Amino acid sequence: MSKKRIVHYINQFFAGIGGEEKADIKPEVREGVVGPGMAINTAMKDDAEIVATIICGDSYFNENVEEAKATIIDMVKEYNPDLFIAGPAFNAGRYGVACGTIAKTVADELQIPVLSGMYIENPGADMFKKSIYITQTGDSAAAMRKAVPDMTALALKLIRGEEVGSPAEDKYIPRGIRKNYFAQERGSKRAVNMLLKKLKGEEFVTEYPMPDFDRVEPMPAVKDLAKAKIALVTSGGIVPKNNPDRIESSSASKYGEYDISSFDNLTEADHETAHGGYDPVYANIDPDRVLPVDVLRDLEKEGVIGELYKYFYTTVGNGTSVANSKAFAAEFAKKLVADGVQAVILTST
Amino acid sequence: MVKEVERAGIPVVHICTVVPISLTVGANRIVPAIAIPHPLGNPALDANEEKNLRRKIVMKSLEALTTEVDGQTVFE
Repeated sequence: MSKKRIVHYINQFFAGIGGEEKADIKPEVREGVVGPGMAINTAMKDDAEIVATIICGDSYFNENVEEAKATIIDMVKEYNPDLFIAGPAFNAGRYGVACGTIAKTVADELQIPVLSGMYIENPGADMFKKSIYITQTGDSAAAMRKAVPDMTALALKLIRGEEVGSPAEDKYIPRGIRKNYFAQERGSKRAVNMLLKKLKGEEFVTEYPMPDFDRVEPMPAVKDLAKAKIALVTSGGIVPKNNPDRIESSSASKYGEYDISSFDNLTEADHETAHGGYDPVYANIDPDRVLPVDVLRDLEKEGVIGELYKYFYTTVGNGTSVANSKAFAAEFAKKLVADGVQAVILTST
Repeated sequence: MVKEVERAGIPVVHICTVVPISLTVGANRIVPAIAIPHPLGNPALDANEEKNLRRKIVMKSLEALTTEVDGQTVFE
């Protein structure tokens, strides 16, 4: 039997082309394996091989989605693959979104099975888990050794057209699909058994996990801007020069509160970005490009807004856990409320 | 962070480049930005033009903050 053909999608970083300064490269295709494809190929043994690798910069993809999709679809078609693999993207947000977007497009347009791999908190996972199989991985590339066998096992099932098991069996992120099956015991008995376990404080597995709809109702609009106190918040990592609190460039464990009352404008001399997840050149030259203090100060003088709040709050949104981000914001939001801030402008890179 | 601020009772506008991420996260008022490394700027423009561009995005975000919304709304 001839080996099945796989096309693999990776970003500029995993291709070894470069970091954030190369995140704007356009899609390109290379024969055979590049980077993590090597391990996938080895694990596939004689069943399948990666015939081509498509590389695209994460920023390019997310800023030019339609062009990127069209170009990449044409590239994939050329190789007539049996399976398309994107990633794994771990907890890299833009990479995860790119992997999910392109994998779903390939599945829709070329009608072949697709697979990606992500950490559960990757925004790409939430966006695409219902459309495609996404192997659940750890949160960083250090988890590659576990991700590869998990992805390969599922990839082989997909390529052979074998039935895919439950998310737990085949280690993918639940897609919200329910399947009928014949259980050994009837429902009432299973429910009572579960209840007994719960009463005894033992572990039990629910048969119907509740979906997690974490939505917040929109707050009413600001009535009178000219009297409103407005605060700036960012996940773009803007900090005073030299990052006095040492906010980490990724997986931030803290946020900063900094006084901007004496600034009409942020400059290279006084502020910079601590963010390690995008090319910092532009933000370092003019931090207003991420945190628009200059414009808000003008609007304050013109009387368009009442007041720009004295502090801004900042962290690095780069692989930072949802739990940390929630805790940061819950804490500083209390101060905002106490100080009578009526609206927040939050910028993200 | 967007949700926690809003949960605390303050209306929030999210200015971001990758709007689908903001929608997934659950922001209610969203204003699209220019590019990932410079959401509120464009280094290809001269300083005045660039500041005008930034002002336009900030004005759009203020418009979002003064508009009642029913659910997630993108202010193009």
